[in-house]
Order: sequence, then C-alpha cells, then structure tokens
Amino acid sequence: MTARSTLGALAVGLLLGSFSLGVMGADPLQALSSIFLGSFASAYGFGETVTKAIPLMLAGTGLALAFRGRLWNIGAEGQLLAGAVAATGAALSLKDLLPGFLMVPALFAAGAAGGAAWGLLAGWLKTRFQVNEVIGSLMLNYIAAEAVQYLIYGPWKGATQFGFPYTDNFCAAATLPVIAGTRVHAPTLAVALAAAGGAFWALRRMRFGFEVRALGGNPEAARYAGIDPARTALILMALSGGLAGLAGAGEAAGIHHHLTYPWAVSSGYGYSAIIVAWVAGLNPLLVVPSALFLGGILVGGDAIQTSMGLPASAISLFNGILLLSLMGGEFFARRRPQRSPSPLAGEGRDGGPGHK
Amino acid sequence: MKHLELRGIRKEFGGVPANDGIDLSVRSGEIAALLGENGAGKTTLMNILYGLYRPDAGEILVDGRPAAIRSPKDAIRLGIGMVHQHFLLIGRHTAAENVALGLEGVPFVRPERWAARRMEEFAARYGLRVRPEAPVWLLSAGQQQRLELIKALIRGARLLILDEPTSVLTDAEADELFAVLRRMTAEGMSVIFITHKLEEVMRLSHAITVLRRGRVAGTASTAETTPEALASLMTGLEPVAPAARAQRAPGPEVLRVEGLTVAGDMGVPAVSELAFSVRSGEVLGVAGVSGNGQSELAEALTGLRRPERGSIRISGTEAAGRDCRALRALGVRHVPEERPRFGVVGDMSVAENAVLTRYHEPPFCRRGMLDAAEMRRRAESLIACYGIRPPSPEARAGTLSGGNIQKLILGREADGKPALIVAVHPTYGLDVGATEFVRERLLEKRAEGAAVLLISEDLEEVLRLSDRVAVMFEGRFLDVRENRGLDRRELMLLMGGGQPA
Repeated sequence: MTARSTLGALAVGLLLGSFSLGVMGADPLQALSSIFLGSFASAYGFGETVTKAIPLMLAGTGLALAFRGRLWNIGAEGQLLAGAVAATGAALSLKDLLPGFLMVPALFAAGAAGGAAWGLLAGWLKTRFQVNEVIGSLMLNYIAAEAVQYLIYGPWKGATQFGFPYTDNFCAAATLPVIAGTRVHAPTLAVALAAAGGAFWALRRMRFGFEVRALGGNPEAARYAGIDPARTALILMALSGGLAGLAGAGEAAGIHHHLTYPWAVSSGYGYSAIIVAWVAGLNPLLVVPSALFLGGILVGGDAIQTSMGLPASAISLFNGILLLSLMGGEFFARRRPQRSPSPLAGEGRDGGPGHK
Repeated sequence: MKHLELRGIRKEFGGVPANDGIDLSVRSGEIAALLGENGAGKTTLMNILYGLYRPDAGEILVDGRPAAIRSPKDAIRLGIGMVHQHFLLIGRHTAAENVALGLEGVPFVRPERWAARRMEEFAARYGLRVRPEAPVWLLSAGQQQRLELIKALIRGARLLILDEPTSVLTDAEADELFAVLRRMTAEGMSVIFITHKLEEVMRLSHAITVLRRGRVAGTASTAETTPEALASLMTGLEPVAPAARAQRAPGPEVLRVEGLTVAGDMGVPAVSELAFSVRSGEVLGVAGVSGNGQSELAEALTGLRRPERGSIRISGTEAAGRDCRALRALGVRHVPEERPRFGVVGDMSVAENAVLTRYHEPPFCRRGMLDAAEMRRRAESLIACYGIRPPSPEARAGTLSGGNIQKLILGREADGKPALIVAVHPTYGLDVGATEFVRERLLEKRAEGAAVLLISEDLEEVLRLSDRVAVMFEGRFLDVRENRGLDRRELMLLMGGGQPA
C-alpha cells in the first residue's frame, strides 16, 4: 500500500468517523478539532498523547513485524497483559534481592519474556495444531485478562491497598522515572523508539528480516528458497509478543506502579496497535508518528467525552471506522490495477504447465 | 443440423494471435474433439465461446443464428455450458447447495431441497449420481466433475464444453464420464471435448478439429482417421531443428533415482516406482503432458516434497527426504515452474531476488547480518551476464517481464558449479529470443559438466536439448531412449498414453 493511498484512506476514515460523531449529535468539525486541539495543542495534552503513544509504539512495532510476515497476531492486548503480569511478578519478588540499578532492566526483561511466552503460545497452537493465529491469539487475550483479575483479587492482592484489588505498589527502584510535569515514563519511551528503529533496521538488514519479507511477499517462493515458515512464525510471535510485553511492563512500572484491573492496565492498546501498524503501512519507523497520531485520538477522545458530552464508546467507533477505511483502502489499492474480463479468464493462453 | 458454428475467430494477446481464423462446427448430437498441444489456442477459443473473452474478429452462430456472447450469462442463455479444468465449487457447502448457488428461479427458502430434487432427475436420466447432502470437500474429483455437469445442465445447457475433463479422473471415472456423455448426445445434446489424449479422442468423439499454433491444422471424422495421422497434425511434422548440442561423452553418474514414489496433493501417488539416472554433462529430457507427475518429481528431487518411498542419490549421497537447503548444498539447483509464483518474491528487489536461494550464506550473510553491497554486486553481475532489463538492482522483481524474471532465476541457479539442474518448463511463455537464451545457457552448463534434468511439455525443446529422452505418463517413464532418430509422432503418441506401433 502506497503512502498516498494510506493518506487517502486516512482522510476518508476521518471524514466518515467525524460524520459518525455528527450522527451522535455533535458538530463533526468541532469534534474533530477538539480531538486534535486537546491532544496536540497544549503541553498537558501532548504529554498525555506521548504517554499513550508509548505502549502503542511498542505493540505497534511488534504487530508491524508480524503482519509483514503474514502472521495475523491479534493478541497484542493479551501479550501486553502477560508482560505486565511478568513485570509485576519480578518487581514484587526481586525487590529485596536485586541492586536498585538492575531493577528496571529486570522488569523489562521479565515483561518481554512474559509477552513473548504468551505470543509463542498462539504460535505453537498455529504451527503444532493448525489453529488459526487470529483465533488463537484473540482468545488468549480474554484468558490473559481473566488471569490478571484472578491475580489481583486472589493471590497477589496487596496487603497495603485498603482492600482494593491491586497488588502492592512497586518499590522505588522498580518505578520508572517520568519527565517532569507529565506521565511520560522516559525509559519505556526510549525502549520504544529503539525498538521501532531496530525493527526497521532488522527488516532491511538482517537475515531474519529477509526471511520475514520473503515469507510475507510470496510464501511459496519463500518455501522454495528454503525458509521454514513454522520457525519464522514462532520467532515472529515471540518478537511481537515480547514487544507488547515490554509495553505492559512500562504501563505497570511507569503508570500504575502496581498491577490493577486489566482494562486499566491496557485500555485496549493491543487493539489500537493494530490500527497503528496499518496506518504506518507496516513500516516500523512510521509506527512512531502513527502511534502519536492514534495516541492523540485516544486523548482527544477523552477530551470530547468531557467537553462535548459524547459517550466513551464514540471514540472506539471512530477508531473502528478508521481501521475499516485503511483495510478497505488496502483492498482497493491492490485490486485496481488488474483489469481482466473475469477471474476465470486465465492468462490468455492454453492450459499450460502448472495448470494441472 | 449445425448446433454451433464458429467462423474466422481471431484473438490476439499483446499482438500475438492466440487464435487466427478458426472455423469450427458442431452438429447436434455430436461429440466434437478439439485437439492440440499446449499453447495451441484451445482454451482461448473455448473462453471466447463461453463469453470470457471477446474475439477480435469472426462470428459465432448458435442453431444457425448469429450470437453475441459478451459474458458467460449470454452463453448460458444460449444453452452453452462449460466445465472448467479446475472446478468452481465451494468445498464447505453441500453438493445441493453448490447447485443452487447463483441459480435463477430457485425458491428463497431452503433452495437446496429444490436443487436436491432436480439432482435426482439428472441421476435417473443420465446416471449423473451425486449425493445432494454430501459436502463437496468429501467428494472425489470424478464426483465433483459430475456436480459441475449437473450445474451446467440445470442452467439449461444443451452444448457442453469440457476442458481436459479426464485429467483429474481415474480410468474407471473416465469410462463413467464417457458413458454419461454418450447418453446426453443420444438425446440431441452436443459436446465439445478439449484434450490432448489421442486415445480418448479415438474412443469418444465423432469429429475432430486439430489446432496448432492458433490455427486449424486439420479436421477429420474419427472413423476415418488414425492416432498417427492426428499426431502428425498436432506437431505439424516440421523437421526437427538440428541439435546444437556438441557431442561429448557424459561423465560420472550425478543423479540416481530408484523406486521413487511421491504422493500428490490429493494423497494419491503422483510418481510411482520411478528409476533413472542422469550423468554429468548429460541432459535427460522428460517429455509429457503436465499433470503426469512432473511437478511432484521435480519437488521431490529439490527437497520441496518428501517422497513416500525410494532413493535419490546425488553423487552417491542419499538425499531422499532431505530439505531443499541440504540438497542445494549437494549441488542441486532448481529452475521452478510458474516463475512468478515460485521463483521470485515480486515485492523484493532484483538484488534480493538474485540471492533468494543463497541469502543465508557468505558472502551475502555473516552472523545474521546481510551484506547489501555484496547482494548488489551479485545482481549487477547477473544483470550484465544475462542482459536483464531494466538493469537496476533496486527494481522490484515483480515489475520485470517474464523473460527477464527467468533470466534472473536461471542466472541465480546456474551460478557456480551446480551438480544437477532441475529445470521445469524453463521456456514456457517466453518469447523467441529469451527462449533461445535460456536453452543456450542450459547447454552451456551441460558442457561445463552439470547434469540437467529438463522437464518440458515442449517436444521440440526436449528433442533439441536432451541426450536422452523419457516420456512421463501417469507417474512413470514409459520409455527412456537415446535422442537419436526419435520420431516425434511416436513420442507424441507416448505422451498421450498410447502404445507405439
């Protein structure tokens, strides 16, 4: 999909999305402008936008990688939660064991491992039992959310939280520093930017990236080239799950400082990251602006909720329309150049080799 | 009375005529065979008749009246039905649901019940028996074909076009099909039967039209012709081009295959108990009509398909069941069929495609890192040696023409000192210049000592390049002969599964 068709689809999506806000009784233009003014025009709003863009960047980078290899991982939400759980486990169990300066690296490592394991589970189901990864990874999202609830109401329920279903707060060394006056947890932002850059570079310059692009571009030619699709799928699931897991670690250690309700840990970042990856045209570098854009819509969505009295689901609807237009744009961009009289018509010559 | 008449049909693709002045007529109650090699224009002609293509010139008469056929809908309205080589059925739906799908006049509620009743009628009338409630994916190829026939008949077809109908059938299923067709024509329906199997033509048809290179090479009444005469018409009896091969004594044995059995996609053996060998500096040409196990043989030899049984030795090393990287390491190279589908990744650059089968080895890859400069150098040298256009390593491979893609693949595969080159339909669809180029490169590799297994439907190509010729039919080699004084007609007979006189 070219940059032009992406932008075109984006414009159509914004138009239809604001129209849908109009149907709900808001002035569409005013709604659009308050979304973007709310999220980009003030220091506070922009800080919030960046805060929300951090998990979107990490998960979006992972999804861009997976989608490039034609692996439809819809499970970033669950992988993010698994990462948050693993990071929380590390923070709570290691607090008296590790020197403080090792705490943050340990959290991120645990988060990445947790997300990767959750991703690998879907990958294993796919490669071992031919469970479609869309179904497998999606269902694992629900399991992850229920598992988080079980932990915070059950074994991990904090003694110091006045009965709230949270784990105990992380110790200071396991809490991520923020940029003053914002909630932007800087270490995670740095990791996210590095991940996007690294993924971009890996796709172009690493052997594994070559294999992913070959497999995504033409699975049959990839097989002919000796690329093992199952192995590549497993690595991709681990990578994209691991990146989502890093996002989960960042949310737990940077925002909440404990494990809390699954919908509070993530608020749908794993799903929004799908849109982030598509808006970026599956290019990891472009995931950075794309995550800021989507983060802005999420923040702006909160803003129009309060200022224009629209329901919270209005912005989900808006996002859904955006994703649909992007997918639709992709579809039309692919279809337009072919002008054959009929899909049955063949190549204009007799049967020929391979037409068994 | 003439049921169908085609007059002077012409159709060009990109300036190349696929059909040129074709006349064809079919009488009511007649089975007319349309015979010809691949690329002769049979399928194009039938696609015109079914409204999938518009002819550039010529007219079509149905029941003596000029007919404008602009779409399959028009064809169906005129009582023309087509059964494609590839069935157009929905696997998860039942037979009756497939029949009801897209049909006008079916009841809105439970259309499949109505379809099932109609299917009973056809079963009684023509012996076309398919269980209406059976899901299509459970049906055999023969049953699926019967379902396609029912679909055509229920839409009121009185003239049926069957494109290579027996290619997917067992012998018993083919016999059943022939019986059904005879019953239909006894009721005044007509059939056009496309094939290149001479034996079937002789058994089934009343009249035969032979196409060659887009023109009618001749017509005959089945009762008054012989398979030999038809083979001559198909091949045109042009003198075989003098072999450009330099005579040289072949070297040691490179490939030895014994008892090789390979399953096709449907699980039935596509290659059965095959045994042969190819020596260094030798081209073994495998002639035969596509679908007789050639693809499966090539895939087994190159590690893309695991054989069921048997042995594949490459220079003495047992290689059956190894993956394609292991075989590549033994010196096996593969020029695959259906180039754009298997040979290149269209979205990747020429440079990346130039190393598609070697990207993981030095100098292109060290410790997991690709060396773009090395890849580029490789592509530049291929572009220079093979005259690939456009001469840009950065161009997306998908933008190259078929000939240039094949040059790229051939350059990539022939590079270095391959022990065995498996080339499948290497010049299919290429223009004359590119064809010559590809053939010369293969002979060059032979001269350098490579063993070449050439799988091709193009008899002229096989005869020109091969030291020995095998004819493959239904998973076996009917004969392996020295390429000296071979009779094209006899080979053509063998390709069609006939026995030489």
